[in-house]
Formats: sequence, C-alpha cells, structure tokens
Amino acid sequence: MRVDRSQLPAVGPDPAFRFPRIVRHTLANGLSVRTVEHHTVPVVTFVMLIDGGVVSDPAGQEGLAAITADMVDEGTGDLSAIEVSESLAQIGAEYDVDVGADAVVFTLTTLERFMERGAGLLANLLIRPSLRREDFDRVRQMRLDRLRQLKDSPPAVAERAFLRLMYPDHPYGHLAIGNEASLRGLELERVAQCHRALFQPNRATLVVAGPMTHDALRQAAETAFGAWEASAERVASEVGDVVPRVEAPRLTVIPREGAAQSELRIGHLSARRNAPDYPSLLVMNAVLGGQFVSRINLKLREEKGFTYGARTGFDWRRRLSPFALQASVHSASTAEAIRDSLAELDGIRGPRPPTDTEMLLARASLTRGYPRNFETAQQVSRSVAQLALYDLPDTYFEELIPRVNAVSADDVVRAAQRYIDPARASILVVGDHPVIADSLESLGFGAPQIVSADV
Amino acid sequence: MRRVDSPSLPFSKRTLSNGLDVIVHEDHHIPIVAVNIWYHVGSKNERPGRTGFAHLFEHLMFEGSEHHNSGYFPPLQQAGGVVNGSTNTDRTNYWEVVPTSALDLALWMESDRMGYLLPAVTQQRLETQRDVVLNERRQNYENRPYGYALMALAGALYPEDHPYHWLTIGATEDITAARLDEVHEFFRTYYHPANASLSLAGDLDAARGFELAERYFGDLPAGPVAEPARAAAALDRERRLVLEDRVQMPRIYMAWHSPAMFSEHDAELDLLGDLLANGKTSRLYRILVYEQRLALDVSAAQYSRELASFFLLAATASPGKSLTDIAAVIDAELARVADEGPSEAEMDRARAQTEAHFMYRIQTVGGFGGKSDQLNAYNVFRGDPGFFAADLARYRDATPSAVRDAARAYLRFDQRVLLSVVPRGQQALGLPGSDPVTVS
Repeated sequence: MRVDRSQLPAVGPDPAFRFPRIVRHTLANGLSVRTVEHHTVPVVTFVMLIDGGVVSDPAGQEGLAAITADMVDEGTGDLSAIEVSESLAQIGAEYDVDVGADAVVFTLTTLERFMERGAGLLANLLIRPSLRREDFDRVRQMRLDRLRQLKDSPPAVAERAFLRLMYPDHPYGHLAIGNEASLRGLELERVAQCHRALFQPNRATLVVAGPMTHDALRQAAETAFGAWEASAERVASEVGDVVPRVEAPRLTVIPREGAAQSELRIGHLSARRNAPDYPSLLVMNAVLGGQFVSRINLKLREEKGFTYGARTGFDWRRRLSPFALQASVHSASTAEAIRDSLAELDGIRGPRPPTDTEMLLARASLTRGYPRNFETAQQVSRSVAQLALYDLPDTYFEELIPRVNAVSADDVVRAAQRYIDPARASILVVGDHPVIADSLESLGFGAPQIVSADV
Repeated sequence: MRRVDSPSLPFSKRTLSNGLDVIVHEDHHIPIVAVNIWYHVGSKNERPGRTGFAHLFEHLMFEGSEHHNSGYFPPLQQAGGVVNGSTNTDRTNYWEVVPTSALDLALWMESDRMGYLLPAVTQQRLETQRDVVLNERRQNYENRPYGYALMALAGALYPEDHPYHWLTIGATEDITAARLDEVHEFFRTYYHPANASLSLAGDLDAARGFELAERYFGDLPAGPVAEPARAAAALDRERRLVLEDRVQMPRIYMAWHSPAMFSEHDAELDLLGDLLANGKTSRLYRILVYEQRLALDVSAAQYSRELASFFLLAATASPGKSLTDIAAVIDAELARVADEGPSEAEMDRARAQTEAHFMYRIQTVGGFGGKSDQLNAYNVFRGDPGFFAADLARYRDATPSAVRDAARAYLRFDQRVLLSVVPRGQQALGLPGSDPVTVS
C-alpha cells in the first residue's frame, strides 16, 4: 500500500495512562514518607527533600545552605570523604544534591539489591555528617574558586545579576553558592548549626520509588531513617514575603570586552507557583517562549537569525517568582533583539492574542506527552518530591491535564495582562559595551546602569 | 512483570529491500514509542574547506520536506511528542518520543525527510539556518570559557586532510560559504535508506513495527553505498601548545591517539579514565584536588570513535598553582599505572559501577542514550544491535593487566599533545616550551 503523502496521518485518541499511586506515611519521628511502586528495572531511588535552601541563608551568610549540603558527603562516622565516595561506588550509586530556592534535595539511585546499603548510607550522611574542619576548609576553597570561574561564564554572570535585580532585599536574591565575602566569613560552627536546624525529620520529606510494594518501600525508609531524632536548633528567623520594588532599574549592562554575543535577561517578578491560574500561565508561556515553536524563538532564531535559541520561563519558588526571557544574541543585533522581545511580551497581552493553532499546540504539547515523564524511578520520585515542595495534592498529575486542556485563549490573555508587563521589565545585558552602547541608546531607556561581573 | 537481574536489551531486526535496517524493541510499561534514526554520516564525511555540512543538515532536516513543507516541531509537539537530533564526527541521529497514538505521524515525517527533503531545501532556508548555526558556534565555542580548546586539540592531533581534523560545528568561513548545490549533493550521498538505521522502542509489538516501517520507508530508493572514510594519524613526538582564552585559571589538556571504538583496549582505556579521574576515589582526583589541592578539577576519558579514538585528560589549576606541577603529578601517576596496573579493589569498583550503569541505561526507551539510541549505535557501528551483552562483557572481563598494557601502549609521554589554556596575556603560565596556537 502506497503512503498517502497529501496529508499528515491522523493522530489517534490519547492512550490510557495511570499515573503512579502515591502512598503517604509518617514515621514516629515525624518524617513524612511517600512511596511509589515502580516495576520496570531493578532500580530504586530515594529523594530527600529538606525544607530550606537559598531562602534560609541569613543576610551576610549567603551560601550557607549550599555549603552545608555539600559537606554532607564529606564523611560520616569512621568514613572519610574518600571512603564515602568509595562506598557509593561499590553499590554503583548515583548521588546528587540540588540546592534550590526553597529546598535542598538529595537523590540517591542504586540497584534494588543494594537498597538497604544505599538507604543506610544516605541516612548516615544526612543525619550524622562528620563536618570536619579540614574538609570544610577544602570545600569552601573550592567554592571560592568556582565563584571566580563563574565570572567567565556569561549565563552565570547574567543569572546572578538578574536575581539581585529581582530581589534586592530578600534571600531569594542570591545564587545558592553565595558570594566571595559571605563564603570567606563562614565558620564551620555555623555550618554545624545550619545542619542541626535544617536537617530535622519534621522538616523533611522522603520519597522512595522502586520495584516493590508500598509496605516494603516504607519499611526500607523506616529501617534507615526511623532513628533520626529532632534537635532543639531552630532556623534563625522566618523569612518574610517578597515585596516587589517599585522602581527597578530599566536597563543594566555588565561589560564583557570582546564578547561574541550579548547574554540577555528580560523580566520581572510575576507569580507564585501555587497561583490559581497556574495552568493558564503554563499555556501562556508555551505560546510565548516556553518551547521551540514559540513566538520568541520563531522570531529571534528562525525569522531574524539573531540567536541559537531564545526562551521564556518562570523560575518557580514558593513565594513571588520571576518571569524572564533569556537568550544569547549576536552582539550587532542586541538592541533589535530587545525591541523584538518586548514587542512579543506586549503582543500576547491583547494586541495579538493566541491563535487557535497556537492554543492547540500549546495545550497538546503540555498534556499529551505527559506520561513520558514517568519512565524511571528517579523521574517518578523527583516529580513526587515537587508535589511535596509546593504542597500539591497526590492527584495533581492526573488533574493537571484536564485543567490545562480547559484553558482558553481568553484565559491566556488575562493571565498575560495580570502577570506579564514589558513596561516594567528589567533588561540585563552581558556584552561588549562599546560595541552595543549606541544601539542600546536607541531603545530610549536612558543611560544604562553599569555593573561589574563580580557583583 | 518481567524482572531482569542482569541487564539485557532484546530486539528483532529486519532489513528492507532498499537497505534500511529496522530494529524493534518492545517495552510496554508506558504508552509511548521512541522513533530513532541514525544516518551513518558525520563531520568525518566532510572535506577540508567544506566543513560543518552534516551539522547544518541537522538543522535543515527540521525545517520541512516536500510533502510537509514547514517546521517539523509543530505536528509532532501537537501530538505530544518530543523531538531532537544531534551530529558528531561519525553519525547523525534524529529522534521522537511520541504517544503510541502518534507513531504513524512520526514515521510519516521521518520517511518524508529521508525520501523527499531536497525540494524543501531552498536558498532562503539555507541562509537562515546558516545564521542559526553561526550563533550556535558563538554561544557554545566562542563565548564560552575554554571553548576553543577542543578545536586546538583536534588541529594538533590530526593532519589537515584527516576527517577528525575539524570539529563537527565546522569552520566559520566554510559555513558561511556553503553553496546550495553542494549541500544538496551531500544529502544525496548520505541521507538514504541504505545508509540509515531505524529503531523503534516502546509500547508496540514487533510485527506492527516492521509493517509500519515497510509502509512508510519501503518505497524510498536506496542511494549510493558510501565509501567508508579512512585515514591514519599518529604523533611522533610530544607537542606542546599554549592557547590564550578569556579564563581565570589555566588548564592543562593531555591528548593521545587511542584504539577505535569497540576494538581491543577501548574498554580498558574507558576503565582507566574512570580509575584516574572519576569521583573522589579516583587516583588523580584524590592527589590533585583532595590532597595537594593543586587543581580545581580533573577529568579523564576515552573518547571512542569509529575511525580512531583519543584519550583526553584535563585539569584546571587552583589559583596560584602551576600547570607544570600538575603535569608532573599526572605523569607520575600515569607511569605508576603503566608499571603496576590497577589494584583488584579498583577493578571491583569500576566493574560495580559499570554494571549499574548498564542497568540505568535500559530505563528509558527514547532520547539521547535511551534504548532505541543504543540499539542503533550497536547496529551502525557493529552491524549487530545485539551487542549490548557483549559490550557489558568487555568491561566485566577486563583484567588489571590488560588495563596496564593499554596504559603502557597508548598513554606514552613521547606521543601526545599537551595544550595549556591560559588567561590572556599570560603565556608564561603554560608549560615550558609550548608553541602559541590560535584558533577561531
């Protein structure tokens, strides 16, 4: 049978998919445990989510949570840092730490037959890290050196400066790694105190996914973490809500002599992760800049050829979160790329509402492929940890799809009007200032604020 | 529920009459199918002065084909698929992961761009994608710290007419000069069923997979059988080079020629890379970063390739520390491993990690490195999609003495490239006796 090439084949109805069932348990010490049966290959993943992170860093001690998290695998009991690494290697484990704005997330993946060893090791690291001085000195020095290297990476420089523009007076305004002055000022005792305060069973959620019953998974969690005791140490003080600044600088330039491209960030504080119109924001972002076939990327990459890729997105946090466009554009096109970007941010607020085609594409790309995010034990357990982080219901995954499918073009425009505003967007450029200065002037935002790379 | 204690990757394979290999792997856990196509073409098939074509095609292939003459992303994304592709020196791959309901769509589109691409490759499309590629080059090489190092190394390891002399991204002047007729000719030579391999993995049964492959690809004509690229390269001495870049800390790179992918000592060198520099337990990390703090980081790996591989070691100096001291530590450790070989404990650890990683590799059906991609890799480079078990055996069976022999035979001090990348204006921070090199 010859193929009919006059039209694309029809796509059938969406196949049925059951999202994994999550079972919640609470251990006697207050640790919240969520288990998910995942029967594919004999692999098991533990994800420990600790409440705290960038947000819990006191002013002047930026980087504290991150260095504390980093110190966790530097030794426990009789094991040195090297021996911890050796123990992980012997069970073929993948160990990873992510220090986020609101949580520190530890992930350990190992083979089913090493589950007990893996869980026991993770528990020893998290509950009883050695926190030795020589390890601390070395880890801190490596972080200072890393900071220095980041000065050469335009995306890192931009990220750092943009967060500070967004949150001048809030702990969210710094990178997890902190800054040079704060790292130099940190003492080991502060790290130990931070560990006692943050690493407590009642501040943590453990997600376990693997090829066994909920009961067996819970038992593994209990065996490893049942003896974890709370400490009397408390987090210094509760962090307040974010107050958006009234007049953020409009245009900021970080000079980078001879740069081949300008690294751009354009955005402002926008919404919270638990906003009721979150599904509308997802669809709006997909149309605007959240995927390859979005307005921003088609304009700046495909139509204008300014960049290898441009995108928009929310940097979600529990509190007010930034929305930003990011792209690395050819220096000569910097001002025009900014102008085009602002025009797109404006367009979706009403002048150019999403077309039916854009809506179909955005909704479908967000929902129809969703099941593929649940292939591995690690994917599943990290997704469930996100529910814990943002206090979302266990039914979230299955409910999200109909909610996204119910979003209309009007909903998108309303969401854009409420949460996107090019008139108050901060524009940040890391680029070759003498080359781009004249054209930036043509934007009409006045003289830019000039900032150095080592903010 | 099927449970495997030793990882395995079962499959069925057929070859269509036009030469297209079709491989199907069933995995019914999630209602998705991975569609993965390898074309046995990479930058090694380009000519000096005409570099960057294979990668440029990776861009053009997403822009449209004769019967769907617009972007490839919208229909596939609207069906819930994810789409991507990549190019290296040896091969180009294109893939989709789609809900089972969109398998026909994905196959229709892949077959249309295999059989009917050129009517859609116009001068205007070429120019737009050329600009995008030049921006990609600026972003990933020119504006990135140490971004020029691999170009300098490739230039020093391989003579000018060697297919690995240039990087896959290509030279700026070649990309700029690419002519439409040459680009078309490149496609006709390499992008056809007899030079391709189609792998389907996921929630489908093998019979249906073969039937659909025949339906969509069966009537595409086979193209010419490509001449396998061949070339020899060797170093007859130690070459020392220094490159200035916008970096804070100097970095030393050491590169050697090494045996081709899957040939004798390839796996041993891979293991050697791990025991030298993978994780805190590794020899060089422990000495350079942990104990002596001469370096901020160290890495070592066998970069396995089809014609010939290279082994690359790199370490970034801690502030105020010298590359000369770092190189001395590395050389001492290389001499020791070439003399004594690894310990049994080191081998046990490396084997445990390898076994676990082979298990982790069979968790996903699609994407880069998923099961569909692995089956195509084995098929294209070995002619046998079933090489998974034998591949694992290469690592299981590796002995300490074989690792020692590999180090001795290949990581020789008198046949290597030493590249120092130093902050601008500070060539004196490079190894003594280094010749300045510039790349662009």
